[in-house]
Amino acid sequence: MKSFRSRFLTNPRVVVGLVWLALVLLMAVFADVLAPRDPFAIVGAPFGQPAGQFLLGTDSLGRDVLAGLIHGSRTTLLIAVLATLAAVAFGTAVGALAGYFGGWVDDLLMRLTEFFQTIPSFLFAIVLIAVLSPSATNLVIAIAVVSWPPIARVVRGEVLSVKSREFVQAAVVAGQRDLAILVTQVLPNTLSPLIVTGSLLVATAILVESALSFLGLGAPNQMSWGFMVGAGRSFLRDAWWLVTMPGVVILVTVLSINLVGEGLNDALNPRLADL
Amino acid sequence: MSERPDSPQPAEPVLRIEQLFVSLPPWSDRPHAVNGISLEVRPREILCVVGESGSGKSVMGKAIMGLLPKPHLRVTGGRIVFEGRDLAHLGEDDMRAIRGGRIAMVFQEPMTALSPLMKVGRQIDEVLEVHTDMSPPDRRRRVLELLADVHLPEPERLIDSYPHQLSGGQRQRVVIAMALALEPALIIADEPTTALDVTTQAQILHLMKELQRKHGTAVLFITHDFGVVAEIADRVVVMRHGEIVEAGDARQVLEAPQAAYSQALVAAVPRLEPRARGAATDAPDTTPLLQVKALQKTYRSAGGLFSRNRRTVAAVQGVSLTVARQSSLALVGESGSGKSTLARCIIGLEQADGGEILLDGERLTGRSRGEMRPLRRHVQMVFQDPFASLNPRHTVGDIVSLGARVQGVPREQAHAETRELLRRVGLKPEAIDRYPHEFSGGQRQRIGIARALAVRPKLIVADEPVSALDVSVQKQVLELLDELRREMGLSLLFITHDLRVAATVCEEIAIMSKGQLVEAGATADIFANPQHAYTRSLLDAVPGKGWVRPAAL
Repeated sequence: MKSFRSRFLTNPRVVVGLVWLALVLLMAVFADVLAPRDPFAIVGAPFGQPAGQFLLGTDSLGRDVLAGLIHGSRTTLLIAVLATLAAVAFGTAVGALAGYFGGWVDDLLMRLTEFFQTIPSFLFAIVLIAVLSPSATNLVIAIAVVSWPPIARVVRGEVLSVKSREFVQAAVVAGQRDLAILVTQVLPNTLSPLIVTGSLLVATAILVESALSFLGLGAPNQMSWGFMVGAGRSFLRDAWWLVTMPGVVILVTVLSINLVGEGLNDALNPRLADL
Repeated sequence: MSERPDSPQPAEPVLRIEQLFVSLPPWSDRPHAVNGISLEVRPREILCVVGESGSGKSVMGKAIMGLLPKPHLRVTGGRIVFEGRDLAHLGEDDMRAIRGGRIAMVFQEPMTALSPLMKVGRQIDEVLEVHTDMSPPDRRRRVLELLADVHLPEPERLIDSYPHQLSGGQRQRVVIAMALALEPALIIADEPTTALDVTTQAQILHLMKELQRKHGTAVLFITHDFGVVAEIADRVVVMRHGEIVEAGDARQVLEAPQAAYSQALVAAVPRLEPRARGAATDAPDTTPLLQVKALQKTYRSAGGLFSRNRRTVAAVQGVSLTVARQSSLALVGESGSGKSTLARCIIGLEQADGGEILLDGERLTGRSRGEMRPLRRHVQMVFQDPFASLNPRHTVGDIVSLGARVQGVPREQAHAETRELLRRVGLKPEAIDRYPHEFSGGQRQRIGIARALAVRPKLIVADEPVSALDVSVQKQVLELLDELRREMGLSLLFITHDLRVAATVCEEIAIMSKGQLVEAGATADIFANPQHAYTRSLLDAVPGKGWVRPAAL
């Protein structure tokens, strides 16, 4: 059997996705070097054509679109990644406890999960931001709150199947305590589906963040891709690049994450990939 | 087969395999699954292909049927001649006509060979519908005839049953009926009785033999079990690493094997001879180590919010037994007999509903998980599946030393003891830093034994510890278990479905059926003079019981 690394890295779709994600990550890390000025600063004439004075043109107030994209990547990625980490941590805890202990714990936690799942997630996120007031922290909270239920369900299912394996019974017979069994024996064996679901969740988080920013519910005074699409939408016919540039960046980034996530899935479950 | 006259021998072989090669994907441990084998199946004979796992016997069967998992396994050379045509180079359409029509297959697992959503009668009917132009009433008559042929009770009722309503043995009968539907010239049976209980296995083997005589079909029977070979084979082919080691008449191979490998295989088959009562009497303390008194365990299905009817299964119904110090007791029973439930109660993985379990005078029953924990080290378990019983993400050292570390032994000391234990079970001490996937099934089971010994228990419960292993490995693991038990002065409760294995390991035997203990006593006494009808039927069902083994091996 080929190694995980070679299965993962020889997949052309994974390579395409990784290259783009690396670019976005570099953009986010070195935003201040690549575009040293404040992205909100007015640098030229409004509605400057792309490939003119500025590579991607300027918006209705004369701000540099490229600088906006560069700084926007930082906001968008940070919020998406933090929200995903929070959702994964919480969802894993809920799913693991429900799956391992079963009985009324399972009933209680799963009804709670279903309660969150039945609320349309985007509307729920809007309500949360409206109540909490828009800020970067609250965006992370809102996105995490609407994203954890699927993680909880995946982890619960995995824990249910792993817990019936004989090595878990062997740990019980050895006298290990329940929480120790859950953490040292069961959870490490649920990692691969968790990594796949988590990586795809980053893509969803980017979409939710962009959509909230589009509606003006994003982090104030921070440039983000969704905000740029929202700000440019009324000039769609006069200045197509205002909406198109950030829109394409969102599309390609989300697509890349999905490609990498699916590549991870294929590489972690080689037998499925062969079918 | 009305067109086949009873021609004088030697007849043209039904199937002839010439220099067949099947290649494996590049990352495998060897280039060919099947490495240039030649054999023939003659009319009206049962040819048994015997081999251990990885011998290529099943791949060969699949190659004949054109069912190799593409693109990883491919026929790269040789011919498979059947009725004048080369199956290795036949188009998919022609192959489909032959498959099910002229060659039928019986699989290992009858539950997966049948579609769970279709009535069994319809599944047989489908074969007739696809391959013949019989009218529906004719087909129904034929299906009933086939069901009666395989001795299924009440064919009229069974024709409308779903697979899950039948027992494992009945399902395998349906699969055989399906295979016979078109009067094939050849049946390929791949371990058709491995998933079945011994008594059911005996019935299915008997049925296959009877039908084969009646219809004059040739059978290619793939198995790992020499007992089954002794029961059914006319001729035998022994395979190893994709090559034929020995071929010949069944009697000759079974009673005077020529090749060293066949000799070793034959010698590894546990004998159905009770072991003599050992030196158990020299134990100074004659109080029993383990006492089980009138133990009860009933499983209740949860019965959800909307379903009122809760099902109950009385798995163990008032079983009492004792295990003496430094002795070994085999608990023998078929699936569903409650033997595993009893073991799980003793080990503390299940709570008994009634009765009590005393270990060295201390009550194990009626304790909470926390109260049970300090007593865990006295009873340890060796699990059935060497692949599922070791955590794939932990090193061997962590796996073996877990119990000791939980007891508070410092990691350094626990690992030092683990090295010593690994050496004792026949592994290198360096294995301590490796992961389970680097070991074979037999080696993994040795790791499982080391884990059970790590906390110096008084009693080891072994639940079918060798049923997933090849015969030659099985023998080594059984010997190891026996040797360690004597050396360390432990008692062993050995759970098995196989009387041959029970006879080689244990001085005493207890037989369970349907949650009750039907007979218990010294192995030699029970073998010589079984009292209960069920014990007698179990003894009768052991495959290859009439096989006289060459004494020299």
